[in-house]
Amino acid sequence: MLSRIKHFFDTFLLTELVRGMSMTGRYFFARKITVQYPEERAPQSPRFRGLHAQRRYPNGEERCIACKLCEAVCPALAIQIESEQRADGTRRTTRYDIDLTKCIFCGFCEEACPVDAIVETRVYEYHGEKRGDLYYTKEMLLAVGDKYEAQIAQDRAADARYR
Amino acid sequence: MPHIEIDGKTIEVAPGATLMDAANQAGIFIPHFCYHKKLSIAANCRMCLVEVEKAPKPLPACATPVTEGMKVRTHSAKAVAAQKGVMELLLINHPLDCPICDQGGECQLQDLAVGYGASASRYAEPKRVVREKDLGPLIATDMTRCIHCSRCVRFSQEIAGRMELGMVHRGEHTEVMPFLEQQMHSELSGNVIDLCPVGALTSKPFRYSARTWELSRRKSISPHDGLGANLQLHTKDNRVYRVVPQENEAINECWLADRDRYAYEALNSEERLTRPMVRDGDKWIEVDWQKALNQAAGALRVLRDTHGGNALAALASPHQTLEELHLLQKLMRGLGSGRIEHRLGQADFSGDAKRQGVTWLGMPIAELNQLQRVLLIGATLRKEQPLIAQRLRQAVKFGAQLNVLHAADDDLYCRVANKLIVKPSAWVNALAQVAKALQEAGASLPAELAGQLNDITVSDSARAIAASLNTGERKALLLGAVAQNHPAAAQLHQLVAAIAAACGAKLGFLSPAANSVGAQLVGVQSGPVALDAKGYLLLGVEPELDAHNGPELLKALQAAECVVALTAFKGRVMDYADVVLPIAPFSETAGSFVNMEGRLQSFHAAVTPQGEARPAWKVLRVLGNLFNLAGFEQNSAEEVRQEALPQGEAGIAARLDNAIHGVALALQPPGAGIERLGEVPIYQLDPLVRRAPALQQTQDARDAACAWASGALIQRLNLIDGEHVRVRQAGAEAVLRLCRDDRLPDDVLRVAAAHPLTAGLAGRFGAISVEAV
Repeated sequence: MLSRIKHFFDTFLLTELVRGMSMTGRYFFARKITVQYPEERAPQSPRFRGLHAQRRYPNGEERCIACKLCEAVCPALAIQIESEQRADGTRRTTRYDIDLTKCIFCGFCEEACPVDAIVETRVYEYHGEKRGDLYYTKEMLLAVGDKYEAQIAQDRAADARYR
Repeated sequence: MPHIEIDGKTIEVAPGATLMDAANQAGIFIPHFCYHKKLSIAANCRMCLVEVEKAPKPLPACATPVTEGMKVRTHSAKAVAAQKGVMELLLINHPLDCPICDQGGECQLQDLAVGYGASASRYAEPKRVVREKDLGPLIATDMTRCIHCSRCVRFSQEIAGRMELGMVHRGEHTEVMPFLEQQMHSELSGNVIDLCPVGALTSKPFRYSARTWELSRRKSISPHDGLGANLQLHTKDNRVYRVVPQENEAINECWLADRDRYAYEALNSEERLTRPMVRDGDKWIEVDWQKALNQAAGALRVLRDTHGGNALAALASPHQTLEELHLLQKLMRGLGSGRIEHRLGQADFSGDAKRQGVTWLGMPIAELNQLQRVLLIGATLRKEQPLIAQRLRQAVKFGAQLNVLHAADDDLYCRVANKLIVKPSAWVNALAQVAKALQEAGASLPAELAGQLNDITVSDSARAIAASLNTGERKALLLGAVAQNHPAAAQLHQLVAAIAAACGAKLGFLSPAANSVGAQLVGVQSGPVALDAKGYLLLGVEPELDAHNGPELLKALQAAECVVALTAFKGRVMDYADVVLPIAPFSETAGSFVNMEGRLQSFHAAVTPQGEARPAWKVLRVLGNLFNLAGFEQNSAEEVRQEALPQGEAGIAARLDNAIHGVALALQPPGAGIERLGEVPIYQLDPLVRRAPALQQTQDARDAACAWASGALIQRLNLIDGEHVRVRQAGAEAVLRLCRDDRLPDDVLRVAAAHPLTAGLAGRFGAISVEAV
């Protein structure tokens, strides 16, 4: 009996409509959180895991020593490395490829690297028009590293105390 | 037998055993670095410290003998504290370069550091750095990583026979180094890589090319010498990256000769033949298999139809598998030709008719260590059979008397009791002297032989050898490759058989190739190498190098109307062949080898054949089909093996027999003049070894390119040591560098056979002259 009376008044006074519209009204006047990409950018953590890069030492020498730990740890088997002894006797890669279509951006490669050579940058705006465009070779990765080294170094420094 | 309690388990151990042995017996692992079951006990790493009840301090398990009632705790707090302390000490100076170290992933120090190492070091001072050593083209060094376990030092002294490495200075300044800045020249040097528990000694050709966890391990058998060493091929991406020993106590123990270890480099050689090719005038055209096989079969069929089956001949390498050799002989016999031979290096085939069985070692390989009396006849042992030499070295260490008959007094790195060093043509006479000395000592020789020895004058050395053979038990007379390729091989065999019978010794053949016994078993031997055939089928041979008389065979091949070569490599074969068919080397095909003790060892392919190369047994089977021959329907190497040896190893044992009867001796005294000693150098044994770059940079390979003579001979001929000389033999000549070796008799010139520089010389023995260029 009581529920029937309640139903009658709800129908008569349109309370559901009022509740729904009040929700709409609240968000209509609230501060907007939508980011107007590409004019606006979302904030990024220094730990952001975007496009990979190979780093160099300040003297220009590539960091990677071909220890292949990243290749071993990669859960998606996205990394391919071949190594040899370079003419100066050091251990170097002759091939360092990351297949970004396989990569799941877990960051394990960066964790495994003993010399901070392979890193994931903040860059997420890259694309490929052909299937092979997202197969990054050593030269491409080094180029990414060279371009963003300042940002990469700053991010590593910011995160260093938590490692 | 003492009873001891180890970690609460009571076990009975052999008297004189160490705690390490007892722990192994009980299945308990005690961490260790310097201990190795095949080497003497040094107890200098101190990693194996364990707690023994009533002992005031922890004791090293590797050097503590067991006593009755001993109570040992290997993992008690006291033992673990001692082991952790030692680990901390070892890590003080060990560099943290595991990411670039080739040992990473298979490093004992790395593994034990996980178990016993602390997570951080208390040591803040700078670590020490040790200068690199140059150990030659096979072994790379990073001596800073060395933890001074001294395994490599003990190996070179005890197993390889020559102390090429030593430990100098004391305390923190201790260094392992080769004496007098020399390189390691031992033919077993590669084993120090396996022995090194850290990354101080690593493989130079393999350096930095792969990590251990990437490699797949495939068991295989060495295709080089007659030992049949068991191998592991480590492969990645369909390529063999390195070779390590597979332990087999009955054959190679845990060792591997450098030849077996480093010849893999040839598998990836630029010279690999990867597509079938046919000759068109002076040009080579790559064709598909169908066309190449049709052309080969067509040409051979025409020759057979016009000239008969015996116009065809086959030459096979004894380094090919049993299955391939079986199908080859089946194909040739199906075509009506009985001319098929694998002993290209042999000069004297007159013994073939005088013996029934297949020549072999005459005993299991493992029994070599127990011998008490040995006579080596014509064996450059360390270079021919590095690991057999190692076994005999152990026998000598336990008191065996080693006697040698050879034309060069090479250092065997062990005590030689008596030796007869004479030029090759005097060997028959020398053996007759030994036989006569035995006869004089009261032994009975076969009647046919006894009558021929009347004119022989016995030298003191021969009498000493006879006296040595007359005493002791477990004796063996071993014929090496030089004796087997000797121009009077049958007479040597006959005399050795008579001596063996007279003194109760075993007679053994040190089979030069991996499948020498197998080739005999499947009947790939028909006597002298055919020089007048119209068509040749070559299986894995390089005739100009493998043949006893290279130029002669080369001429025959050039004159032949058709030469079909099944080969894994391009090479000089491209000069005279008409069709070349690429075949797979041992790593790329399934097959079997029968080693010198008659052991049948089968293996699978480790990688797929390169390019369009195919396993030779498949190629031969298809050739059989093209000729419409019956019995070429096998689908696998196993089926071929089943057909070749239906009874398996049991069938082999029944056919092994070194007996020989009725060879007439020609006992004229040797002539005057200089003679050639033409051995197959260690790194020219087969096509694979010839193309292994690291092996070709070794001292042994460089030595093979020289002519060697004693100082007296050099002086007598007015030549200069180190200069180039012209060597003439039977109208042919070669220019070589002359080197001095006073271990040679004054009438012997040692000029390697099977070498590109000497391939033009005719015959491996016989008169030779040398003059200034």
